[in-house]
Amino acid sequence: MRQLSYNVKNKKFKYLPLYLLMIPGLIYLLINNYLPMFGMFIAFKNINFTKGIFGSDWVGFQNFKYLFQTSDAFIITRNTILYNAAFIILGTIFAIAFAILLNEIKKKVLSRFYQSVIVLPHLISFVVIGYLAYAGLSLETGFMNKTILPFLGIDPISWYTEPKYWPFILTIIHLWKSIGFNCIIFLASIISIDTEYYEAATLDGASKWAQIRSITIPLITPVIVMLTLLGIGRIFYSDFGLFYQVPMNAGFISDTTSVIDTYVYKGLMVSGDMGMASAAGVYQSIVGFILVLGANLIVRKVSKDNALF
Amino acid sequence: MLNESKVMRWISNTALGLFAAACIVPFALLIIASFSSEESIVRQGYSFFPEQFSLKAYDYLWLHHLELGRAYGITILITVIGTAVSLAITSMLAYPLSRKDMPMNRVWTFVVFFTMLFNGGLVPTYLIYTQIFDIKNTLFGLLLPGLLMNGFNILLVRTFFLTSIPPALIEAASIDGAGEIKIFYRIILPLSVPIMATIGLFQAIAYWNDWFNGLIYITDTKMFGIQTILTKMVMDIQFLTSNSNAAGLNAGAAIAELPSTSVRMAIAVIGVLPILIAYPFFQKYFVKGITIGAVK
Repeated sequence: MRQLSYNVKNKKFKYLPLYLLMIPGLIYLLINNYLPMFGMFIAFKNINFTKGIFGSDWVGFQNFKYLFQTSDAFIITRNTILYNAAFIILGTIFAIAFAILLNEIKKKVLSRFYQSVIVLPHLISFVVIGYLAYAGLSLETGFMNKTILPFLGIDPISWYTEPKYWPFILTIIHLWKSIGFNCIIFLASIISIDTEYYEAATLDGASKWAQIRSITIPLITPVIVMLTLLGIGRIFYSDFGLFYQVPMNAGFISDTTSVIDTYVYKGLMVSGDMGMASAAGVYQSIVGFILVLGANLIVRKVSKDNALF
Repeated sequence: MLNESKVMRWISNTALGLFAAACIVPFALLIIASFSSEESIVRQGYSFFPEQFSLKAYDYLWLHHLELGRAYGITILITVIGTAVSLAITSMLAYPLSRKDMPMNRVWTFVVFFTMLFNGGLVPTYLIYTQIFDIKNTLFGLLLPGLLMNGFNILLVRTFFLTSIPPALIEAASIDGAGEIKIFYRIILPLSVPIMATIGLFQAIAYWNDWFNGLIYITDTKMFGIQTILTKMVMDIQFLTSNSNAAGLNAGAAIAELPSTSVRMAIAVIGVLPILIAYPFFQKYFVKGITIGAVK
């Protein structure tokens, strides 16, 4: 206490070293995160590289008008939301189911082995997963067309030109890659449940199924709610790798495989339609932001501890 | 009673066994396909039991060992530098944020947090990095955009500092005359090895697997990392096959030049193999790390 009184003058300098520590990180956030936020104004310009970013003409909401006049805006919004909805619902159900099953395995070595193996797909880049999918789905040489379908007596299918299969293919691949990861999260919360509940229930003659339904599920509900709401908050964003690498950019199937992220990428890097791409990007950022805030508001109502802020 | 848990265990083992197999088997197919002869792939497709094995795909890779070696080198370099810099600047930013006595602590924390809620998107990011900082076709193009540091990791490390390092320890060091920076690297960092290892592992995997920055910021083939080579190869094959009718003979010749189907799988194999080989050694930390990240 006494020390504080005569250190008041030095207080300004006392924290200087701490500020120095923060500088590299803050500069990175400025460049990587904050400058692009301010850069969103380009969506309101007609970008012309000879005039430069700042010299290009302002066009107001014209880029947005063009974007929403095309059928693309509807298709990419629909695809993004429906895929994410399917991922959230199925992903949660499967992850919980596997977590409950995993919890039944009492042999530690075996349980560890399963855990390590099922998170393996999460570790692999989508480029390689695109290759794996190709090995399975290629028209002339794929494992499906050459081994599985003939075995079932079905004619070969040209997967990369048939849009109707892709909602299933992409969902299955997403689940394959992510279930293990989410399963570990649910398993951690199941393990933390007091075993006394189960002992008491067993004494009362409750079946396993009854125990799962009335002990496990209710006690992990906060985690389920939190993860689901976080997922809903990110429903406007999608995993670019899944939608870019796995369909291999095949044009015929873009109706069911294009999402907002791939649309922005194509506008920017392939067709050079900067106006549409930036308008779609701003549309995603703004709606995404509103959804995160909304989801968090609901989490706060449900349980304040789980809210992000 | 005993019966029921036996049944349950049986169901568990079956379900998890099948799922675990589904997680491994595709990699087995990939590796076997890379060792299959081109003719047997054409005849039976990618198969677990090819009629004929061949090392041709790997001969082809050896022919290109300079390019591939270079790509490997770039990937390793970026992974090492990226992870090291990331750990340094993340912890350096997170530590002051964990000091409740620091003025404006809450404001700076919000500055970090806000980046998790809102972002400018790909187009402005791309324009800023290429038009203002001009990082196209440099190592910075692979290192900086998006990957180096993120709000989530900073808050994770900050929480670790807040909960696992007693403020009394910092006070005691301060009374002993240690300066803030000395306290940071002599006391705080040695105590935060567990969280640093976890974040470092996840960062290293992110850098090793990254193909996105290569796709966006690199056009010079000399700067390709291994994942970028894999990505561009798919694009080239698509381009040639979809334009082969229009371009006629030339494209046909170009397709014949392209790596054959088994070579593609072989390149994919050398892309994942380091991870598959290293995985048994770090799987424990990886699985543990997942739950650390989940608890905010």
